[in-house]
Amino acid sequence: MAIKTGRIAALRAKRKRNSIITDTFQLIILGGGLIWLLIRGAAEMHYVWQWHRIPQYLYKVIDGELIFGPLIDGLLVTLEISVYSIVLGLLIGLVTAFLRLSDSYSGKLLATVYLELVRNTPLLIQLFVFYFVLGPIFEIDRFWVAVLCISFFEGSFAAEIIRGGILSVPRGQTEAGASLGLSRAAIYRYVTLPQALPIILPPLAGILVNLIKHSAIVSVIAVFDLTTSGLDIISETFMAFEIWITVAAIYLLITISLSVVISRFERYMKRSTLAG
Amino acid sequence: MEQMISLKNVFKYFGEFRALNDVSLEVAGGERVVVCGPSGSGKSTMIRCINRLEEHDDGEIWVNKNELTEDTRNIAQIRKDIGMVFQQFNLFPHLSVVDNLTLAHMKARGLYKADSTDLAMTYLNRVHIPEQAMKYPAQLSGGQQQRVAIARSLCMQPKIMLFDEPTSALDPEMIKEVLDVMIELAEEGMTMIVVTHEMGFAKKAADKVVFMDEGEVVESAPTEQFFSQPESDRTKLFLSQILTH
Ligand SMILES: Nc1ncnc2c1ncn2[C@@H]1O[C@H](COP(=O)(O)OP(=O)(O)OP(=O)(O)O)[C@@H](O)[C@H]1O
Ligand SMILES: [Mg+2]
Repeated sequence: MAIKTGRIAALRAKRKRNSIITDTFQLIILGGGLIWLLIRGAAEMHYVWQWHRIPQYLYKVIDGELIFGPLIDGLLVTLEISVYSIVLGLLIGLVTAFLRLSDSYSGKLLATVYLELVRNTPLLIQLFVFYFVLGPIFEIDRFWVAVLCISFFEGSFAAEIIRGGILSVPRGQTEAGASLGLSRAAIYRYVTLPQALPIILPPLAGILVNLIKHSAIVSVIAVFDLTTSGLDIISETFMAFEIWITVAAIYLLITISLSVVISRFERYMKRSTLAG
Repeated sequence: MEQMISLKNVFKYFGEFRALNDVSLEVAGGERVVVCGPSGSGKSTMIRCINRLEEHDDGEIWVNKNELTEDTRNIAQIRKDIGMVFQQFNLFPHLSVVDNLTLAHMKARGLYKADSTDLAMTYLNRVHIPEQAMKYPAQLSGGQQQRVAIARSLCMQPKIMLFDEPTSALDPEMIKEVLDVMIELAEEGMTMIVVTHEMGFAKKAADKVVFMDEGEVVESAPTEQFFSQPESDRTKLFLSQILTH
């Protein structure tokens, strides 16, 4: 028996080693292929690579002082939009979820209309509506137009995730709370939400990654985020390849590190709910 | 004895389906009533109407001299008088046993943690599991969980306890420990309505047995009489089926 489990473990380890080797191999082929395509494409166009000119758009050192270039400035704006939007989007999602779960007919209607509108029209059109219609009426500047638009967009996804999480808590829990004399609000706060949270949080964290990617769309209303900065530099220097690759790498860096943090967090949540 | 619960010509519909059909029931203070009947006969629906987990469509429900109406203050008062124990226990899985008992105290009645914990321990002692206080529900056996659920309700010091098939989800060897706790409760004079098929419990603890079928109260009689000389044929049939099991 012990020998057998030992053999299985060894087999498993071998299989794992093999899969790491094949994974790495595939990655090299894929990455190499992409780079080769890129270089070939550029060569066809007689493209002159000027990578040495890129760092100045990231940072400069003047008189021993570090100064951010336009790409890093743009990244900071992207992050700023993302942070405001996730907070506002969560709030919108939470309110919408509660409205949909409420007994109020008009509340349900409002929430449903909002969800259907936002999820069935292109984000670009929504941005234009915010920018050209709501912006001037309420005198909102373009940065906040961007934040509002993205918040409402991601909020609609957050709403459905939150609602699903709340509905996944068995009805008996609410009934037990009610029969003990807890108010509706207290039941939500102390019974339903604590149980829904471990289910809600992982997919909600996934929205954050989407939000950062979707925020690139604000370049069409000339908010100086990472993408706009990239476009700007290209129109001055014509270094399309280098700049786009750099910009993509920065987005990747942010979203991948975020994904790593999220999956760590998911594992942690799973472990703590199993223990509880 | 004064009336504690009184249902007068209560009707309840789920859509077109009539789940309660002209149900009337009187329960005096300190009285123990067992409700039995085939599956789908409306037993759960009836007792869930009493603490407003379901809303009755017609008729009157009075609890401790309050009529159950839309008024939320009224509902709150009535829920204060009534404790309920469910078939599936419905303990809060994210809270420890003692926190399950203290939650409603602290959040609905504004008691301090220390006072609330003292009370919780008193009731855990009464259901004979004070040593489980710090565990989580998932770490307990079914019988222990149901006893915690009973203690949790008792903690709110209700005048009436409703039980909806409290032993149906339990393994046979755990049924007795829960019934014993319920018998002790009955002996202390608690007003109880118990939906159950445990006829042994009915004979031992009930003052009155009610038989329901198809949303109606078919028969309601003192325990002794219910078992020795049932009137309705439906009751006789039901009893013959359940007692031969
Ligand atoms: N929420 C609901 N929606 C629709 N129908 C329901 C609902 N709750 C109960 N019913 C129906 O009402 C009838 C009575 O149900 P109830 O749960 O009161 O029966 P019961 O006597 O408790 O049965 P059991 O012994 O199976 O628990 C059943 O036919 C059931 O299908
Ligand atoms: Mg039932």
